[in-house]
Amino acid sequence: MPQISQFAESWYAASQIFWVLLTFGFVFFVIGRGMLPKIEATVDARDRKVADDLAAAKAAHAAADNLEEGYRQQSDASRAAAQKAVTDAKDKAAKDAEKRLAKVDAELADKLSAAEADVNAARTSAMAEIESVAAEAAGDLVAKLSGVKVAAADAKAAVKAVLHG
Amino acid sequence: MADQGKVDPMHQFEVQKMFDMFHVGNHEVAFTTSAMWMVIAGLLLWVFMIGGMKRQLVPGRWQVAVEGFTGFISSMMNANIGPEGRKYTPYVFSLFMFILMLNVIGLMPLGLFGVHPFTVTSHFTITGFLAILSFSIVLIVGFWRHGLHFFSLFVPHGTPWWLLWLIPVIELVSFLVRPFSLALRLFVAMTAGHVLMKVFASFIIDGIAAGPAVGLGVGIPSMALMVGISGLELLVAGIQAYVFALLTSLYLNDAVNLH
Repeated sequence: MPQISQFAESWYAASQIFWVLLTFGFVFFVIGRGMLPKIEATVDARDRKVADDLAAAKAAHAAADNLEEGYRQQSDASRAAAQKAVTDAKDKAAKDAEKRLAKVDAELADKLSAAEADVNAARTSAMAEIESVAAEAAGDLVAKLSGVKVAAADAKAAVKAVLHG
Repeated sequence: MADQGKVDPMHQFEVQKMFDMFHVGNHEVAFTTSAMWMVIAGLLLWVFMIGGMKRQLVPGRWQVAVEGFTGFISSMMNANIGPEGRKYTPYVFSLFMFILMLNVIGLMPLGLFGVHPFTVTSHFTITGFLAILSFSIVLIVGFWRHGLHFFSLFVPHGTPWWLLWLIPVIELVSFLVRPFSLALRLFVAMTAGHVLMKVFASFIIDGIAAGPAVGLGVGIPSMALMVGISGLELLVAGIQAYVFALLTSLYLNDAVNLH
């Protein structure tokens, strides 16, 4: 096994150790300490950027959600307000119409009762006139036919009895 | 070198001297094949990482690949140690990538292009160095943060008082074994896999040498097995690098979050 047999040679171990020291030293100082931290810094920076961007995106998403929520609430509120306004207006219009109708009804009823009263009055006065005219005519008829003078009061009573049964 | 017509499965682990450099005491330091592959691994890793340095917000394919590796180790450290683990990510990441690169380079079929591939991590000098480095960091961090209180690591929670003479000894031994298990696991896994592949390859060569009938009878199943084992070895290359990094992070966790 050369690894062991060569160990006896004076140059072997010294050369091996010298060169591994030199080359590993180069690897450690130039690559390990010189280049590795920069590469790690790049990776870290990228990771941080990705994390930051993700956080920003999340925040923007939340803000958009909030905005949408606010918009929805606002539109809900305004829709409700509009609906309320419409129903109020409808109610008011209905009430007004009712009031006006009631007023007109009352007026019409007044007019009707006045007219009825007028008609009744006219009818009673007409009846009274008919009675007196009929009594006069009956008195005249009796006087012409029999020559008997009938008292106006008697004629009236007789006509009344005939007219009113 | 291997004898004529024989494949020596151990030859691949031999470190060849390419040129001498300088002396430390009476030890000679040379540029070797092992050193060459470590340099290549370091440079390839560097090139790979440069592709991840565009630092774009929306990454391209290459950047995603690099960030996949860094993210893998970062999340492992985070899961095992917690937020404080970030401090040690550069070390564990370097360890993981370096070992992974060496393991994978050792498996590349570079022999087709006339290059002798060599698995650096199949040498316990290398794995041992990395293991001792990890172990030392654990010790330093542990004593730095907790002082002598770090020794309470050897008394786990809920230890009955009448076992206090035994448990700390067992814990101490298991603690001291860590660098060895760390180093040997990687070294053995790499060595065994490569030996296995060389043995099957030698079956094919020896079979062909014995004649066409034996060559086909032995060669085809051996080849099929080698294809499967190559895939398995790629998996092992990744797993062993991961295990090394994972255990290092777990040991660091002991040191950082004592109990």
